[in-house]
Amino acid sequence: MTATLHIDWTRCDGRGLCAELLSGVLVRDDWGYPVARGRQGPERTDVPVRPDDLEAAREAVSLCPRLALSLRDAASGDSQRRR
Amino acid sequence: MNPVSGELRQASPPHAQPVSRLLAAGPEAEYARHADTFGHLDPDAAAPGLLNLLEASGLTGRGGAAFATWRKAVATSQSAQKRLVPVRPVVIANGAEGEPLSFKDRTLLAHAPHLVLDGLLAVARAVAAAQVYLYAPAASIPGAQRALAEHPGGRRIQVVASPDTFISGEASAVVNNIATGSAIPLDKRRRLSDTGLKGRPTLVLNVETLAHVALIARFGADWFRAAGTPQDPGTRLVSVSGRGPGRDVVLEVPGGALLTDVLQSAGMDPATLSAVLVGGYHGRWVRPAAHVLAPNGPVGQVVRPGAGVIHALADGQCGLQATAGIVTYLAGQSARQCGPCMFGLPAMAGVLNRIAAGEQDPRLPGDLDRLANLVTGRGACHHPDGTVQLIGSALEVFSGDVRSHLAGRCSAVGIWAP
Amino acid sequence: MWAFGRVSGFMSLGLFTLSVLLGVLTRSGRPLLVLPRFSVSILHRNIALLAAVFLGLHVGSLLLDSFAKLRPVDVVVPFLGSYRPFWQGLGTVALDLVAAVILTALLRQRIGHRMFKAVHWLTYAAWPVAMAHAIGNGTDTAGKWFLLFAAASGVAVAGALLWRLSSTFLETAKARGGNLR
Repeated sequence: MTATLHIDWTRCDGRGLCAELLSGVLVRDDWGYPVARGRQGPERTDVPVRPDDLEAAREAVSLCPRLALSLRDAASGDSQRRR
Repeated sequence: MNPVSGELRQASPPHAQPVSRLLAAGPEAEYARHADTFGHLDPDAAAPGLLNLLEASGLTGRGGAAFATWRKAVATSQSAQKRLVPVRPVVIANGAEGEPLSFKDRTLLAHAPHLVLDGLLAVARAVAAAQVYLYAPAASIPGAQRALAEHPGGRRIQVVASPDTFISGEASAVVNNIATGSAIPLDKRRRLSDTGLKGRPTLVLNVETLAHVALIARFGADWFRAAGTPQDPGTRLVSVSGRGPGRDVVLEVPGGALLTDVLQSAGMDPATLSAVLVGGYHGRWVRPAAHVLAPNGPVGQVVRPGAGVIHALADGQCGLQATAGIVTYLAGQSARQCGPCMFGLPAMAGVLNRIAAGEQDPRLPGDLDRLANLVTGRGACHHPDGTVQLIGSALEVFSGDVRSHLAGRCSAVGIWAP
Repeated sequence: MWAFGRVSGFMSLGLFTLSVLLGVLTRSGRPLLVLPRFSVSILHRNIALLAAVFLGLHVGSLLLDSFAKLRPVDVVVPFLGSYRPFWQGLGTVALDLVAAVILTALLRQRIGHRMFKAVHWLTYAAWPVAMAHAIGNGTDTAGKWFLLFAAASGVAVAGALLWRLSSTFLETAKARGGNLR
């Protein structure tokens, strides 16, 4: 199992930093909000992240202007950031 | 003593006429009549083994998601015990009924409140809950207060009013409203069964689900399974409406009932109906064919009852216009906290309204498709997904209407002057 | 020390002005020419931190300077100074506000977005106060170049603020206004 990047839609404001940092994983929709490339259903909110993208995902979590992202480590099932 | 089971055992084969389990005590049953009909239920005596009994019964949530009730209860109870510092959970009976076409929960609360309270107290006892809530629309609260005053365990239960918004009954919105007074959904990074109200493991169950729990605690899993099918055991309440005023009725139907049977029981002739909305505003339009009402099964044969809403499209009403009206309403009911819902729903409503109004732009269905695909799976709750499901079914069932609208005609209301 | 104190104060103000401008830009969600959004965000942060370093040097050098007669209490409590106490007090106010803004920004992940945001708004108070302090305390010996700098900064920040309040501020404003095609 891979790590997942959780998008908290109630906080996300579609500023687009994550889509720049994770351009292989996320694109932006008409209104600027991130869309997980090639994912459907729940994987658009808890987006699987390949090991290669993990570093960029961490960067995105720390740079998100709205603190809307969190990374869930697959192994521990625990979250990097607590609410 | 079980005065209703004998009659119900004869109720198989399952696709039979409506049964009466939940409302067996008659209209506006006070505690004496309730106890007379069903017998008294002591939560302390019922609690041990109740969760096993619920598993054996196969009871699923009647609020729409049809999740196995025992799983939710066990998850809540376990997460409370797993904590470093053990905490006691919260149990909430959810009577919010924001769905405009649903009225079975308020009917149940008006006529069989004690069954709901019995089930609530038994589950609360079974998961060792510290706090017990009844969350219901303001209109149901005076009746609920009267019932609480009569009920032996009524003093344990706190009552909180739900606002009349579409999403007020969504589980995290329920918790949020009790905690902060704001009935909008929360992000689901962690489950409510892990951390809900004030961080406590929280179990939110629909009031009808709890009424079934009260009966299962009394009469057992086999009795419950005597109605319905092995895949969809027991009965469910449905709110049937449509075709003019005065026809709205709450029925109790066995699991796996045929849609056509239910319509007939409500006094409608399926042959005269053009389309039926099943599952409410987050549900699907279907032709009134031999669909089975069940939470699971192959699409085309089975249609999910959701929170038990069945609404017939009125004679001469255009399905596209009806759907456009619903989607406009749903767009207005967005909590406006998740971007894809806040912007995507009004955009979809806009395109659908243009199709419904007869705008002859062949790109419109494609736009709707693209927007629907953009919005799904991207929100704190299922409001966008439910809306997309409704639109998808409308485009399928009313595909002929879409073609005629794009050609400048509407078969339901006549021909527009271009 | 006195001269160093003045120059570091000037540097700090200049960098803070730049950081405020980049902060407004980052809030708009737009990239800066070739700089992607995340770089603008990092630049905003790093320039603010650099400004804070110069602010530390500014205050520290004047504490050590015999001519300035700055006491430790003046660093925290405003309007107690001996030399032009009002204008110096504004410097103390700005210092306190900036300290709160930077501290909460660094602890953003821990204190949560709401708290961070509430304190970050104080920037709009800190900047004019710092500028007033610079004009009031610094212009006695400063030349035209400083007034020119102050005027240019003022125009830039006021322009950024007006842009911030305009309806087309957000990159996504047009789409979010409902104009899809």
